[in-house]
Amino acid sequence: MTIHLKIWRQKDRNTPGKLVDYTMDDVNPDMSFLEMLDWLNERLMNEGKEPIEFDHDCREGICGSCNLVLNGMAHGPHEATAVCQLHMRKYKDGDTIVVEPWRAKAFPMIKDLVVDRSAFDRIMTAGGYISINTGAPADANALPINKYDADLAFDYAACIGCGACVAACPNSSASLFTGAKISQLAHLPQGNPERKRRVVNMVDKMAEEGFGDCSNFAECEAVCPAEISITAIAEMRREYFNALSEIE
Amino acid sequence: MTAKNNGILESKIPEGSLQDKWDNHINNLRLVNPANKRKFTILVVGTGLAGASAAASLAELGYNVKAFTILDSPRRSHSIAAQGGINAAKNYPNDGDTIWRLFHDTIKGGDYRSREANVYRLAQVSNNIIDQCVAQGVPFAREYGGLLDNRSFGGAQVSRTFYARGQTGQQLLLGAYSAMMRQVSAGKIEIYPRREMLDLVKVDDKARGIVIRNLITGEIERYAGDAVLLCTGGYGNAYYLSTMAKNSNATAVWRCYKRGAQFGNPSFTQIHPTCIPVSGKYQSKLTLMSESLRNDGRVWVPKKKGDNRPPNEIPEEERDYYLERRYPSFGNLAPRDVSSRSAKYVCDEGRGVGKTGLAVYMDFQDAIERLGVDAIKAKYGNLFAMYEKITGENPYNVPMRIFPAVHFTMGGLWVDYNLSSTIPGLYVLGEANFADHGGNRLGASALMQGLADGYFVIPNTLSDYLAENLHAEKVSTDHEAFDKAEKETMDRINKLLNVDGKKTVLDFHRELGELMWDHVGMSRNKKDLEMVIRKITELREEFWKDVNIPGENNTLNKYLEYALRVADYMELGELMARDALDREESCGGHFREEHQTEDGEAVRDDENFSNVSCWEYKGDDKKPVKHVEDLNFEFVTPTQRSYK
Repeated sequence: MTIHLKIWRQKDRNTPGKLVDYTMDDVNPDMSFLEMLDWLNERLMNEGKEPIEFDHDCREGICGSCNLVLNGMAHGPHEATAVCQLHMRKYKDGDTIVVEPWRAKAFPMIKDLVVDRSAFDRIMTAGGYISINTGAPADANALPINKYDADLAFDYAACIGCGACVAACPNSSASLFTGAKISQLAHLPQGNPERKRRVVNMVDKMAEEGFGDCSNFAECEAVCPAEISITAIAEMRREYFNALSEIE
Repeated sequence: MTAKNNGILESKIPEGSLQDKWDNHINNLRLVNPANKRKFTILVVGTGLAGASAAASLAELGYNVKAFTILDSPRRSHSIAAQGGINAAKNYPNDGDTIWRLFHDTIKGGDYRSREANVYRLAQVSNNIIDQCVAQGVPFAREYGGLLDNRSFGGAQVSRTFYARGQTGQQLLLGAYSAMMRQVSAGKIEIYPRREMLDLVKVDDKARGIVIRNLITGEIERYAGDAVLLCTGGYGNAYYLSTMAKNSNATAVWRCYKRGAQFGNPSFTQIHPTCIPVSGKYQSKLTLMSESLRNDGRVWVPKKKGDNRPPNEIPEEERDYYLERRYPSFGNLAPRDVSSRSAKYVCDEGRGVGKTGLAVYMDFQDAIERLGVDAIKAKYGNLFAMYEKITGENPYNVPMRIFPAVHFTMGGLWVDYNLSSTIPGLYVLGEANFADHGGNRLGASALMQGLADGYFVIPNTLSDYLAENLHAEKVSTDHEAFDKAEKETMDRINKLLNVDGKKTVLDFHRELGELMWDHVGMSRNKKDLEMVIRKITELREEFWKDVNIPGENNTLNKYLEYALRVADYMELGELMARDALDREESCGGHFREEHQTEDGEAVRDDENFSNVSCWEYKGDDKKPVKHVEDLNFEFVTPTQRSYK
């Protein structure tokens, strides 16, 4: 099938970028979207042109590396799917697809479709952990956790850290990402001792990194490949208010 | 101070009973006092399970750690993709599991090509790993009573696998990552993302630093330290297509090999029987379908060659359920290596299915009739959905098409009981070392090994080396050894950029992958291996004459990174073939056609090959030299595996 692509090309942060047109005449419906880009890159290299840079790694939808906005949708049209798991059979012969990177102040441009998401690591550094050293903790079954909370904690822990929530949010908020970690640890007894400090530090860090606040658009939930629910954000806010009332 | 173990294979297995060896060893290892720990800098390369757990644990002890990853965040390392679970001998289900049993299953599963003492230690610390991960907030599956749930896995008769839905690797990695970020916050770890190690720097024969390429700017950076920990994973991408991530590569390991670290059992590769088959030339990687599917899926191909009717139109009597036929007692649950080889044989006979003829059916129709659609959905729903996403076919209605794919490499840099390579100060952890899985790895053991090495082994063993080197002079990055390593690295990069040929890196990688897969894959023979060694040499010469690298060195340039890796795969591929040629027996994932029974089963040769083959680099134009570490079995008796 034939696919028309308009792909964002940008040399570096200081050079303005633009959409460049490419037409692929030999797209196989069984190709993944990223395989189509590989295919295009091979063609470009054979023509002596510079290939398109994009982030990718596991191509199984779990590492969170890939980050493309297709026709305005983070990760493309297939719900609950990272773009690496999107296959071309989802498109029709002759379709045009606009391909852009995540756009957010807190995710500075590196090149073409590659952006810098290290702000996420810094939010995690602010408190996304339980303070336990390697050693000999109590036996794993010494602390029973009810299945409901354990399952809920897992739902939040499933976040792959891709940043689609930020890309989709009109405010470029990282609330779904941050809320998912806070909610995971809030549902586990292990997370209790540092609960208040954690939420305040992580939320403050998020703002400091240049992410916006949440105004309940819920675009994040709609594009999340790990299907994280926006209840994570509600839980984060409740945690934050509770923490502030006690810390101050 | 002289290098004690350089080039000499001394396994350093401690004295005593199997149960006491590790404890005795810890008692005898030297310690570094807390005030002195601050004086040491440890360079950790790779941030998967092994690297992240090691970095966190060492930083907690007070060492300064610099951690390097080729990815944009340590949380994306490929450990994250492991699905099934992690083994531990907790015996929570009260089904008779013990540390001994886990040890015995693992060493037998590895076809008796690993060290007893290492594997026993692995089983011993397995329980601590579960405790550690739970304390970190890893959300393992639980029962309604609030206690941890277990399931069973291949190669074992007990339920000892802990799991977090189908994302166990992800949850364990995020646990280790969070421990690491806590130490970043404490100022004990510095993370260097998008950095690739391109060389090891040795001073007085000891590992004292690394040369790194900054993948964003192309700049070469130098880092000096008191020890280097390689935690860079396996080298399955030498086959081009594998279940490894696209960026997983062998370059750091290979560069250390070329600096004198010996390579153990390079030919030992695990080929997993149930992956989604290749659909065309554009295929970039392969996706695993969990082994658990074989509990209910029946594997078959048509009896007739070239039978291209749709599967549902092929009547029962014209189907060959070849695993059930050949291995009546294990049937569809025959071990990974045996199942993979059988699939290859039926496809070689021309009975493969699908567009390419390189696939077999895994059929759930009988299970659906027996248990109902809902029961199958509850068990495998997410896997069926993933299959449908990738292939566009609904496995509830038509059988899945599956084919084997490269999944794990048991070989790796040789290490002693302390995880030290043959270069003092260079330690190798996780899949990057050759250690604990012998000729074949059991399911749910890779996560266990990565975390055992990082959380529990290295914090003990590294202190012994550092204590010995407490008064060694610090090396600065101005040292001439850094100048030399940086220059050699730059020369290599410039040479590549200046080739200005016509073929893409992908062309070369595909060609190499085809040679490796066809002749150094599931089934190997002398004639083909000799041919492959010749062909790879030719391909390598062509690569350096005709490869086309786009763009420049001073910007993000993934095809340049890729070219450097492919150049190393070509050298490694040759070593893999050489090792496969040398090992005149069939064991685990290594099957030599010359060494089989009349009905095609593997024949191991314990008299001549109960050993680890270790290869020493002697120069680009010289053949590597083989050394041997004999494996002595004091506590178990090797037996021939049979699944008939």
